[in-house]
Amino acid sequence: MRDVAVIGIGMNRWGELWEKSHRQIWTEAALEAIDDAGVDHVDAMFVGCMSGGLFMGQEHLGAMLADQLGMGPIPGTRVESACASGGLAFRQAYLSVASGMHDIVLASGLEKMTDVDGGAATYALSTAADQEYECFHGITFPGLYAMMARAHMAKYGTTEEQLAAVAVKNHENGSKNPLAQFPMKVTAEQVMNSVLVADPLRILHCSPITDGAAAGILVPLDMAKKMSDKPLVKVAASAQASDSIALHDREEITWIGSTAKAAEDAYKQAGCTPKEISFCEVHDCFTIAEIMVTEALGFFDRGQGGKAAESGETALGGTIPINPSGGLKSKGHPVGATGVAQIRELVMQLRGECGERQVKDAVRGMSQNMGGTGASTAVHILERV
Amino acid sequence: MIGSSRYWREVPQRYRYEAAKCTKCGKIFFPPRLVCNGCRSREFETVTLAQEGVLETFTVIRVAPTGFGDETPYAVGIIKLDDGVRITSQVVDCDVEKLNIGDRLRLEFRKVQEDGESGVICYGYKFVPAN
Ligand SMILES: [Zn+2]
Repeated sequence: MRDVAVIGIGMNRWGELWEKSHRQIWTEAALEAIDDAGVDHVDAMFVGCMSGGLFMGQEHLGAMLADQLGMGPIPGTRVESACASGGLAFRQAYLSVASGMHDIVLASGLEKMTDVDGGAATYALSTAADQEYECFHGITFPGLYAMMARAHMAKYGTTEEQLAAVAVKNHENGSKNPLAQFPMKVTAEQVMNSVLVADPLRILHCSPITDGAAAGILVPLDMAKKMSDKPLVKVAASAQASDSIALHDREEITWIGSTAKAAEDAYKQAGCTPKEISFCEVHDCFTIAEIMVTEALGFFDRGQGGKAAESGETALGGTIPINPSGGLKSKGHPVGATGVAQIRELVMQLRGECGERQVKDAVRGMSQNMGGTGASTAVHILERV
Repeated sequence: MIGSSRYWREVPQRYRYEAAKCTKCGKIFFPPRLVCNGCRSREFETVTLAQEGVLETFTVIRVAPTGFGDETPYAVGIIKLDDGVRITSQVVDCDVEKLNIGDRLRLEFRKVQEDGESGVICYGYKFVPAN
């Protein structure tokens, strides 16, 4: 396997992009990554998209977007793993370069979620859960995470204030991200008084519905050294793991096993420990998710993620800054694009390009992107060379 | 949109609560599987789910998916049955504001959706307080 570097990144402003088609949204991000890398062609492309079919009635996105790129009949592959589609697309791009199959590969993610109404979007998202044995009974995604939250609160004493602290911190970080969908700051009182969606989760505990795309260019590290005058960022680890799709089939409702397993593999590949990670982008689709993920990644002991968020350990300037980009909560969550946008934040932080939200002395960043209630997880570690 | 076969093929589970018990290690799967994820055996016997269990966690749905709008607020929980199987189900015939983790519940056959994806009335299991 060859060492691999990320030499280009791209992302557009996320939001409810009524005036733009998925072709335009995706191609803007892809071209920005290509220009940032300074390459004149790519050998292959991967796109993570959860549900082109249900969100916009369009499948066959690998070929369609490869064509939009205008770079000839390159292989175009669409990758799906619900909300982890982007992380898996990046991983497939990484594997195709590391293996020697291709030299210059575009990794990307896309979701166009506002072409359908709210009910249809909620249905599309729910297909990441078990249709027959979860959704049939009237559960929603906020409902599934709410059941995780209540179990975590009962077992470890996690509080509503601690859940709110995650939202407050991520909106604070997102207010420094010019591409964030909801860059406004929120207070704990606002979060705790917002409307209940599924007890104990309220609307301000939930990530939004978003249109958006993100992209990156991967090349062999040896080639990158000759091509790029920007600070070099290499992929130190790429790991993936699975778990049961239904939450009720997990051994423990309060533990995200796929994230713990992918992280264990990633730390082994990178030869580092959780303490040696400078910052981390995690999949905070709901506030409780960030708390549980920071535990599964080994930053905090089981049950201590809530306390850590409340005490400021995960803030910019804390012991382990979590979601300096604003996370899914503030930046937005176009599901298939999220995992690739996390990689973009890692590259920007490691290059020192993040301005007000820059993590000091960032040398090694981690990203964690998961599907459903944690049935799939992709974990990546990127390092400044 | 989705044909009624999608509903009818789950009838052994939704009407008769049929599960598969691994004849090697005893683990019970609901719905049945072809391979035991505990011991990798492929041999099972059909058993009926335990009809009582304990509420492990739950939520009260305030914003419902399509088809459940008229029922809000309603409770959905994960119930650990006395045979060790965990399932997701609505919890009904109770004050949703007074539910607690650890409550003892009993399975009952009920209507789950008035007009499901395939246009048929969907029946299945719901849980009610055990006493
Ligand atoms: Zn077995």
